[in-house]
Amino acid sequence: MSGFIASLKTMFGAKPPVRDPQKWSPEAKEMHEFKRTSEEVKKRIKALKEEKDLPRGKKWKVWRWTSIAVVNLMFVVSYWLDVQLVEGALTASRFVGFHMADLNSALQVMLAHKAILINLIIGTVTVFILWWLLGGRTFCSWVCPYHLLSEWAEMIHLKLRKTKLVRDNTLHRGTRTVLYIIFALLAVVTGYTVFEAISPVGIVSRALIYGPGLALVWVAGLLIVEIFFSRRFWCRYICPIGMTYGIVGSIAPVRIKYDMKDCLHEGDCRKVCLVPHVLEPTKMGYANHITEIVGADCTRCGMCVDICPTNSLNFDIMGAKKLL
Amino acid sequence: MSDQEQLDSTDVEKADKKAVKKAKKKISKNQRKARREFLRSIGVGGAVVGASILGFFPVEKKWAPRLRPPGAIGEKDFLAACIKCGQCVQVCPVEAIVLGDLDEGFGVGAPYIVARDQACDFSCDALQCILACPTEALTHKIDKKEQVRMGLARLARPNACLAVKSKPFKGQARGPDFEGLMRYEKVDRWNPIKIADHPYDLKVCDLCVRECPIPGAIDMEPLYEDPTREGWIPVVDKECTGCGVCEMICPVEPGCIVIDERKTWEDV
Repeated sequence: MSGFIASLKTMFGAKPPVRDPQKWSPEAKEMHEFKRTSEEVKKRIKALKEEKDLPRGKKWKVWRWTSIAVVNLMFVVSYWLDVQLVEGALTASRFVGFHMADLNSALQVMLAHKAILINLIIGTVTVFILWWLLGGRTFCSWVCPYHLLSEWAEMIHLKLRKTKLVRDNTLHRGTRTVLYIIFALLAVVTGYTVFEAISPVGIVSRALIYGPGLALVWVAGLLIVEIFFSRRFWCRYICPIGMTYGIVGSIAPVRIKYDMKDCLHEGDCRKVCLVPHVLEPTKMGYANHITEIVGADCTRCGMCVDICPTNSLNFDIMGAKKLL
Repeated sequence: MSDQEQLDSTDVEKADKKAVKKAKKKISKNQRKARREFLRSIGVGGAVVGASILGFFPVEKKWAPRLRPPGAIGEKDFLAACIKCGQCVQVCPVEAIVLGDLDEGFGVGAPYIVARDQACDFSCDALQCILACPTEALTHKIDKKEQVRMGLARLARPNACLAVKSKPFKGQARGPDFEGLMRYEKVDRWNPIKIADHPYDLKVCDLCVRECPIPGAIDMEPLYEDPTREGWIPVVDKECTGCGVCEMICPVEPGCIVIDERKTWEDV
């Protein structure tokens, strides 16, 4: 329970828990101490040298990019060919007739319009259950079309970083929480769905389905900021959609599990991660248990799973082992 | 205390002061970094909120009043309730509905109709856009086309009107290149066709009255009491739904009859 609260706090912007030997479980303590023996340290240094040549996978990235493409193309093709498989856009749709509503868009509408709308509630509950099961911010990395554009921008950003032409100006992670409250209040007070006007998710989704427009200029602007000013700034520090789904998926059965047994603590996972604060337990001495569940802000993108040379990070389904 | 000792103690004091200064500098460096991040966060966060609030101006100043699809509730409530998904766009058989762009502020992604380009001709019969709307921004309280009130038609340029001038009309209503669609029940009950594929030959132009999908919404009345003078005028009646077919079909460029969006008889 305290772990759950810490995970939520970290998502809202608090500093992640630091190394605290008091909290180590007996097994973890034994493991941490074992890893500190000079024999193990020597072994680890040797392994770290060897791992540089190891091939790193991109299995999950391939699956994930495919997923983003397929889901968004489903909307596009469904409209163009008029097959009525998924009607609408990512903000709200019907999937073979069933209502689906983006949780954050639905929230904005309900706060602005102040009415109980039955179809919207059906859509919201359906989507809530779906993303609770699949892990909340899974939406971000497996469905959101802006996420894909942002990943490409990030690649350019990292290339430019090597040339020292740009640097990553980090923001305080609490920014998103403050903006979340501001956008909720703006919807209530003004009676307009204020955030929807600038939501790159809605804009990109509609541009794909109904054709491009001026609004893409805003999205391009965001990407330019991400390339030259601040790495992944929208997804990391701003997007209330990500936070809504983060809350929904905070106790999701699908999650990333960390096993410290073989971990070399070299930190490659944290370098690729969109939300590296969730991977703090992978630091030497930070894990309180032999296995740790990665926090609520995790988008289940699998980049850490792909990059980890020791297979210490993996997808996990709560209770799946008991069932099988 | 000897001189030597005194000298040593001042040296120690000096060194201590240096260390304290150094420590202070180190802390303030970290603090500076945190402060910079904090200020940057306020700046960027403020810019994002500011950008979103810019959407207020086009809406409040009514830069672009829009003809909303059938069943649209009051404009302010409509923009609040609409979830900007475009399901209404997808079901419309004549593709009359388009979505708002960035220049419409909070109306980004909200649906509207450009009647002159493609009006709603009710060829779906059952108000499909209303049925498709997941948030009742297009109200489910109406289920017949006669109940729709999008606006009111108005003869804006009577002097240009062919009927007023008692002139005939022959050919394609909007020329050969016009893409607009309409359902002609006598041609095909179920599928709308291009207006360009349906030429007319009229002794006196009465297209706005002839093609109006709502019975009794518009009538052609004689302009003069004197039977020797010829001239007619289209008169809009209480039944008008503001669908915009008259605006679309008017063969004069620019059109003589237009829809005043959201206008009701109480405003007249």
